[in-house]
Amino acid sequence: MMWDYFRLAFKGVKARKIRSWLTMIGIFIGVTAVVALISLGQGLQDSINEEFNKLGKNRLTVAPGGGAFLGPTSSNLAVATITEDDLDVLNRINGVDSAAGVLSKNARLEFKDEVDFINVWGFPTDKDGENMLEGISFFEIEKGRQLRSGDKYKAVIGYSIAKDTFDKEITVGSKLKIKNKIFEAVGIQKKAGTGVHDVIVRIPLETAREIYDEPEEFSTIFVLTKDGYEPADIVDEIKKELRDSREVEEGEEDFSVQTAEQTGTQLNQILDIVNIVIIGIAAISLLVGGIGIMNTMYTTVMERTSEIGVMKSVGARNSQIMFLFLVESGLLGLVGGLIGLILGLGIAKLGELLAVSMGVEIFKIHVGGYLIVGALLISFLAGTLSGLLPARQAAMMQPVDALRKND
Amino acid sequence: MNKPIIELKDVWKIYQIGHVKIPALRGLSLSIHSGEFIAIMGKSGSGKSTLMNMVGCLDIPTKGRVNLYGDDIASFTESDLAQTRGKKIGFIFQKFNLIPTLTAFENVMLPMIFQGIPFEERKKKAQSLLSMVGLSERSAHRPGELSGGEQQRVAIARSLAIDPEIILADEPTGNLDSKTGKMVMDLIIKLHKEQKKTIIIVTHDEDVAKYAQKIKVLRDGLVIGQKK
Ligand SMILES: Nc1ncnc2c1ncn2[C@@H]1O[C@H](COP(=O)(O)OP(=O)(O)OP(=O)(O)O)[C@@H](O)[C@H]1O
Ligand SMILES: [Mg+2]
Repeated sequence: MMWDYFRLAFKGVKARKIRSWLTMIGIFIGVTAVVALISLGQGLQDSINEEFNKLGKNRLTVAPGGGAFLGPTSSNLAVATITEDDLDVLNRINGVDSAAGVLSKNARLEFKDEVDFINVWGFPTDKDGENMLEGISFFEIEKGRQLRSGDKYKAVIGYSIAKDTFDKEITVGSKLKIKNKIFEAVGIQKKAGTGVHDVIVRIPLETAREIYDEPEEFSTIFVLTKDGYEPADIVDEIKKELRDSREVEEGEEDFSVQTAEQTGTQLNQILDIVNIVIIGIAAISLLVGGIGIMNTMYTTVMERTSEIGVMKSVGARNSQIMFLFLVESGLLGLVGGLIGLILGLGIAKLGELLAVSMGVEIFKIHVGGYLIVGALLISFLAGTLSGLLPARQAAMMQPVDALRKND
Repeated sequence: MNKPIIELKDVWKIYQIGHVKIPALRGLSLSIHSGEFIAIMGKSGSGKSTLMNMVGCLDIPTKGRVNLYGDDIASFTESDLAQTRGKKIGFIFQKFNLIPTLTAFENVMLPMIFQGIPFEERKKKAQSLLSMVGLSERSAHRPGELSGGEQQRVAIARSLAIDPEIILADEPTGNLDSKTGKMVMDLIIKLHKEQKKTIIIVTHDEDVAKYAQKIKVLRDGLVIGQKK
């Protein structure tokens, strides 16, 4: 029986194609935007969480000024600095297993007469540096080897820099110039897909200090905490010790200490706010779309007054007329929602492809079943609700008056 | 004779437009027995359609009683009225009143949809009715693709969909030329002869009136005469 009403309603929608399409645009623009934003946002949240889980909970970073998460900042403008002295302080703290400082700057890189500016990390080659690389997939080597102690003017090249940046591929043994000094490539990193680690070049810290003429400074210090210590406690301890040695008051720190987890949580909080904004947009656009449907249904009911009279004359009850028009407006909402869903997912997928083409290969959109069911259900409900008043008006018409309408 | 199936006693219908009261029926009384063929005649505005609407449960009287099978329709709820229209009465209108977006076949099925009759049964019935009115070939056509006479034959098929005992036809040939009008009238007469339907027909056609068992003439909302 239901099916008959759906068919009748569908005929009604089909008979007024242009108006139905215009009405559905009101619904599907909103749904498109929301579906695209949510699946992109969720995907972003997922990949961030995954990355921070990969990094492990026992990793901390210490950076000057504001926080740094995926790697050291390459800003040359930081006012406060962290230095070898701070590293010594960190190494003396009980819960710290090892700490390694990285000096990173953008530098002129020349390869076979081509020049580009690349983020170059001075990375320690001692035991602490090795500890830091252990267990992090981003820095694994595809060909050649890691930097090792005693290396000078050697470089490990990020995947994208090696393959894509220059016309010719950089391979193990290639010679290149960083700040006009000749370096030898000893290793090529595996593809990391994070958007950061594929576009760096690593050189020994001592060499970096020479070419940049920075004998003391670090961009970031990476810290590994010992097993059995709570990373958050170590953060507090580090803050306290650094405040003492740097002679700053609590609350006025010119450095920041963060766990991978904290950084992840902060990003998640931002994304949660974004989600709330998206839901707000969704609500407003559904409201606007719903008003559009209501308007269309009122027009439809007016236009089809005599049809309503005819249906009543052949025995349609008020409830059946009401139901018929509700199904019709629900259908407008549902089809609008379906189109919006498909377009939204398409746009999100496009966003994913764009991210991948820019090197962020770990990014995958997240399409939850709840999103699909939710989008369809909510648009159907919005349609039905918007149709409530017009359908009631249709149902309550007096049969004689309705029949006289087209006289 | 046994009890009438339709009985109107002192029926008034007063329309009000602003402060102006228009009495369309003024104390009309009438009774109709099962199987009768009644013609209603009268000048425009005499209240013929208003009378048909009362009998057909499309409207209720301002005053007086309209009894259908012994029940006063004034006591009916909206849903009772709809049920009566859907189960006991078939309408044929001057303007055919088919749903333009539905095919002939679907138009004939429509009353059965509202009665919740299953598809297979509906389909059989609609097919046999369309073949009875000689339009099997046109089942898939929409009203806009049919001639006036064809549309009215579809409407006749529709009025029979739920096997009503009473057929109400308000100027069924009013929009047709005399030749197609005759064809439609023959069909309606056939319903009376072969299917023993009770038929009330509003008409200006003397030939139709000749066939009728009774002719009621209306003027100013009253039956002023009865021929035969
Ligand atoms: N809904 C209404 N509101 C106001 N007046 C109405 C309404 N329906 C009918 N009338 C009036 O009631 C009177 C009787 O109308 P009715 O339609 O019954 O006449 P009729 O005999 O069918 O005329 P015709 O031959 O032109 O169809 C007319 O004066 C008409 O204007
Ligand atoms: Mg009339």
